[in-house]
Amino acid sequence: MEALIKVKRYNPEESEDTYFQDYSIDVAEDSTILDSLIKIREEQDGTLSLRCSCRASICGSCSMRVNGSAKLVCKTRVKEIAPDGESITIEPMGNFKVIKDLVTEMDSFWSKMKSVDPYVKTSFEPEAEHIASNESMTHLLGVMNCIMCGACVSECTAMEVDPTFTGPAALAKAYRFVADPRDEEANSRLGKLNENTGVWDCTRCLACVEVCPKDVAPMERIVKMRDLAIEEGYTNTSGYRHTESFNDSIKKHGRLDETRLALESTGLLNISGLIDLAKIGIKSLIRGKLPPILPHRPKDMKKVTSIAERLDNQGKEEE
Amino acid sequence: MKFAFYPGCVARGAAPELYKSTMMVVDKLGIELEEIEKAACTGAGVLQEKNQKLGDVLNIRTLALAEQMGLPIMTICSTCQGVISQANHRVVNDQEYLDEINEELAKEDLHYSGKTEVKHLLWILLEDIGVEPLQKMFNIDLSGFNFAPFYGCYIIRPSDALGMTKNPERKHSLDIVIEATGAQSTDYAGKTKCCGFPILLINQKNSLKMVATHTGDAKDNGADAMVTPCPLCHLNLDGYQAKARKQNKRGKADLPILHLPQLIGMAMGLDPKELGVNKHLVSTANFIKSIKSKVA
Repeated sequence: MEALIKVKRYNPEESEDTYFQDYSIDVAEDSTILDSLIKIREEQDGTLSLRCSCRASICGSCSMRVNGSAKLVCKTRVKEIAPDGESITIEPMGNFKVIKDLVTEMDSFWSKMKSVDPYVKTSFEPEAEHIASNESMTHLLGVMNCIMCGACVSECTAMEVDPTFTGPAALAKAYRFVADPRDEEANSRLGKLNENTGVWDCTRCLACVEVCPKDVAPMERIVKMRDLAIEEGYTNTSGYRHTESFNDSIKKHGRLDETRLALESTGLLNISGLIDLAKIGIKSLIRGKLPPILPHRPKDMKKVTSIAERLDNQGKEEE
Repeated sequence: MKFAFYPGCVARGAAPELYKSTMMVVDKLGIELEEIEKAACTGAGVLQEKNQKLGDVLNIRTLALAEQMGLPIMTICSTCQGVISQANHRVVNDQEYLDEINEELAKEDLHYSGKTEVKHLLWILLEDIGVEPLQKMFNIDLSGFNFAPFYGCYIIRPSDALGMTKNPERKHSLDIVIEATGAQSTDYAGKTKCCGFPILLINQKNSLKMVATHTGDAKDNGADAMVTPCPLCHLNLDGYQAKARKQNKRGKADLPILHLPQLIGMAMGLDPKELGVNKHLVSTANFIKSIKSKVA
């Protein structure tokens, strides 16, 4: 079977410019993209650089972009991406500095991991192995599957505009310790994660969930930590006000009260923020559109508000 | 062709032109709509952060109301589409959870069997109408125009909840519809990325950088306007484009942002002003002129 592979090349020792190079290589029907890249390197072009190790989706070394989205190439078959022999575009991961061709600099990734103190913190030094029961750890099985390949970071839309954002991989790792039954520092961890560059900067775009090869679902962990931070009393954020206002609106009207949501999330004491909103409001008014003073309500609204009331109380009781 | 209609809060609130333009085009498309008047907000993923079960009950309730009407659902908002699809995906794969939710719904004499289909207008255009019949309804050839598709996260991800394996063309649906009008679909990096709206009120700097990047890149790659099936993306890309472009040194706000039914309506030859194209905050005056010159 012939695989057509277009690789983004970069060698700063020769030029700062990147370019695409086409390769055509004969591979077995069940070949992975990694098999094909290695074969290209061995048989056609020894200058092609890539990183790989285990070839069995355990080590997390070979994450790169396949047709625009990060994948472990050892886990991705040529046939799956190009069933009809289409050309496959391979690029290095996004949101990482490229060293050469498909090899990226991982320093920023590791420093973010370190920033969340990825180890269990206790007030005492355990004398023997510090064992937790199986039942108390099952909720962490998914997040512990992380092989730190960086695929989620590659596609994170928030990191793309703000490299200081802690990002999906390190935040998922943070959750792994926040929610560990043996850890005694959850409160202070959440306090730190509640600050700028932490859990509230995630856009909830689902890109990390979509590309993770191990179903870690980083975004779901981030969202969970928002809730945990609120429970721990960290409420001085516009993120908290936004969530609260949204909930209140549904409890009261069954639908979204956009005007109130904008005002309350901005904060009624945030004068420059409110002036900003007013400007948009006036412009909308001039164009003849502005959200109604009261939101459009569902018919039989009480049915919705009573469900919201009941389940809200149920949620509180469970806590 | 009849659907239970779920317009979503924004079409009924900050973007009334979306509601109106939808009504104008469905008529011509031969789609009959019956609005699910009792439906609540989907929660947009925000309510789910605090109480996922409440979000799921409200969305399954909407699906049950449609089931009672005996109709599939039509949405006109990527976020609504995604959030309802995610809830549906959770219950159809977990009978025990569905039973638990049905217990809640029983108090209102409602029941959900797990069979209601929920589709964005964008998908209906391709899957229920089809490209060729759709093109026959287009009276204006928009060739020469270049439109940048902007999908909205929740109509693209997570792909398993959105039936992308069964319907792979959904991944490119907006590009296909744009090209069906005769126009070219702009190639640029941002079309399936985040518009920044969810963090607008939380981290405005980051949010506006997204707006500036996507609208600036689309413009640099030749777009005359951007088209989106998501009114939340529209709020940010249109409402905050001026501030975003200025703050990020990407020039003036010069890229009109259109709702999907506005593009369809114009291709059908409907009056851009009637479709509310002049209601947007980024000026559409020159754009409307160039569209009208096609009609003449």
